[in-house]
Amino acid sequence: MLKDITIGQYFPGNSVIHRMDPRMKIVLSIAYIVMLFMAKGFSGLAVGVVFLAICYGVSHIPVSLILKSLKPVVPIILFTAVLNMFFVEGDPLFQWAFITITKQGLSTAALMSVRIVCLIAGTSLLTYTTSPIVLTDGIERLLSPLKKLHLPVHELAMMMTIALRFIPTLIEETDKIMSAQKARGADLESGGLVQRAKALVPILIPLFISAFRRADDLALAMECRCYRGGEGRTRMKQLKLTSRDIVGAIIVALTIVAIILLNIFFPLAIA
Amino acid sequence: MAAITVEHLSHVYSQGTPFEKTAVDDVSLTIEEGEFVGVIGHTGSGKSTLIQHFNGLLKPTSGRILVEDRDMWADPKKIREFRFKVGLVFQYPEYQLFEETVAKDIAFGPSNMGLSPEEVQMRVQQAAQFVGLRADKLEKSPFELSGGQKRRVAIAGVMAMNPKVLILDEPTAGLDPRGRDKVLGEIKQYHKTQGNTVLLVSHSMEDIARYADRVLVMNKGKVAMFDTTENVFARSEELAAMGLAVPQVSRICRGLAARGLNIDPNCYTIEQAKQQLLALRAGKGADQNA
Ligand SMILES: Nc1ncnc2c1ncn2[C@@H]1O[C@H](COP(=O)(O)OP(=O)(O)OP(=O)(O)O)[C@@H](O)[C@H]1O
Ligand SMILES: [Mg+2]
Repeated sequence: MLKDITIGQYFPGNSVIHRMDPRMKIVLSIAYIVMLFMAKGFSGLAVGVVFLAICYGVSHIPVSLILKSLKPVVPIILFTAVLNMFFVEGDPLFQWAFITITKQGLSTAALMSVRIVCLIAGTSLLTYTTSPIVLTDGIERLLSPLKKLHLPVHELAMMMTIALRFIPTLIEETDKIMSAQKARGADLESGGLVQRAKALVPILIPLFISAFRRADDLALAMECRCYRGGEGRTRMKQLKLTSRDIVGAIIVALTIVAIILLNIFFPLAIA
Repeated sequence: MAAITVEHLSHVYSQGTPFEKTAVDDVSLTIEEGEFVGVIGHTGSGKSTLIQHFNGLLKPTSGRILVEDRDMWADPKKIREFRFKVGLVFQYPEYQLFEETVAKDIAFGPSNMGLSPEEVQMRVQQAAQFVGLRADKLEKSPFELSGGQKRRVAIAGVMAMNPKVLILDEPTAGLDPRGRDKVLGEIKQYHKTQGNTVLLVSHSMEDIARYADRVLVMNKGKVAMFDTTENVFARSEELAAMGLAVPQVSRICRGLAARGLNIDPNCYTIEQAKQQLLALRAGKGADQNA
């Protein structure tokens, strides 16, 4: 069913990571990405992998979800791996016609693959443990200094929040309209491209009509409650940094230090 | 022959996620041909989920559904055949309208069946007549109509397929009392003249009492009762425990009977109550004359 598509892929839970401040989570996710690229050798990257595994363990996200989020990037990983394997110069391990595989190429390919996997899995952890609305809230607060540059940060965040809020509604609506037209014998599954495109008309027209109606209603409701944009607006949910955010930051900082030390003492790519 | 047979049907939404929800739980029942069945139940009791299985919009998580004694999901490619046999009118069906004119919109279903244009035209005329849409409305845009008229167009769109079984999910929700009576009267008329099986989901006990031969009561995804209208409304305590009520007339009759009046406590339509009260008065009058 259409509804099974997860948007923002939020996986509800009550773990420490779920309850962390979204701003801190965003900052730490960025720090984690930096950490991955700082790690030069296998030992450093291993620390990154272990760190992520522990985070997933703490947040009770099932392993199947991680695999699901990795599926779309498998082609990219393969592509980078192959490129690195063939085009990095070094001591040849295998030679045939114009194809040369080097020792360095092989290890770079492996490093890059692990790095990309960690990158995707790490950023996914942010979206798995933070609901989209809370996430936009965090982004808005992080970007709020840009207001000084007359960037409409609040308006952008509001648009994003509304869009996110209405995605499930629209999906539900599409589902309902599709069911209703299927009940009248609409055939959405067979036929060529043109026929399939034509079959979408009975779904898109009612969907657009209802989307415009909803937008109208929402605008009216917001005006009725005196919405005037971000100027002087207070918020119901105040974001507050707590001890768990500080602890999280310290752990990430220590991991980064560990990786720097490993870089210094085991600088070789091939362990 | 049974119109629809349900065997141990269960449906679980979003299986394997934290949002998992069993909406229909091991339901077995048989709906006979030509019946007018009322379906009642508290919100969230699984009525809409159940009826969406009857025309193959939802696939059972487990169990089987037989339409005219044929297993619906024996060949998933042929599921559209069953959609034409079992017509389903959704809750708030007016949001599915999309064509330029009312006539074209009603014709959407019959055209999908692959009927000839003449046949389609005839079906459209007939269906429009059933729901009381005048000929001049047929060439209008469906978006110019009032809510009640839109609702009728949507119902006609399913009636025009002339399904053996017609299922309506709260067809009167949000209509004014007169519009409600008219739509239901038209459905009853359709049932009488076509002799089709009709399932009517409704939150109005009065409407169910007035039109249904048998009543299916759903509670928490299970069939709580499936019996004649009279027998179902006789069990008012059980219904109350499920958050449902009996028709107001039933309550009045029961109250009168409890006060010693010679009246059937289980009458459930205004018509029945009226006759009983008239008979009572006639009897009293006769006593006084004697
Ligand atoms: N698409 C869906 N995804 C997940 N859960 C659903 C979905 N549709 C319904 N449910 C859940 O299944 C249960 C039964 O819903 P259903 O719509 O069948 O109830 P209903 O008896 O028709 O209620 P109502 O009288 O309000 O129309 C509800 O708890 C509902 O939350
Ligand atoms: Mg319903």
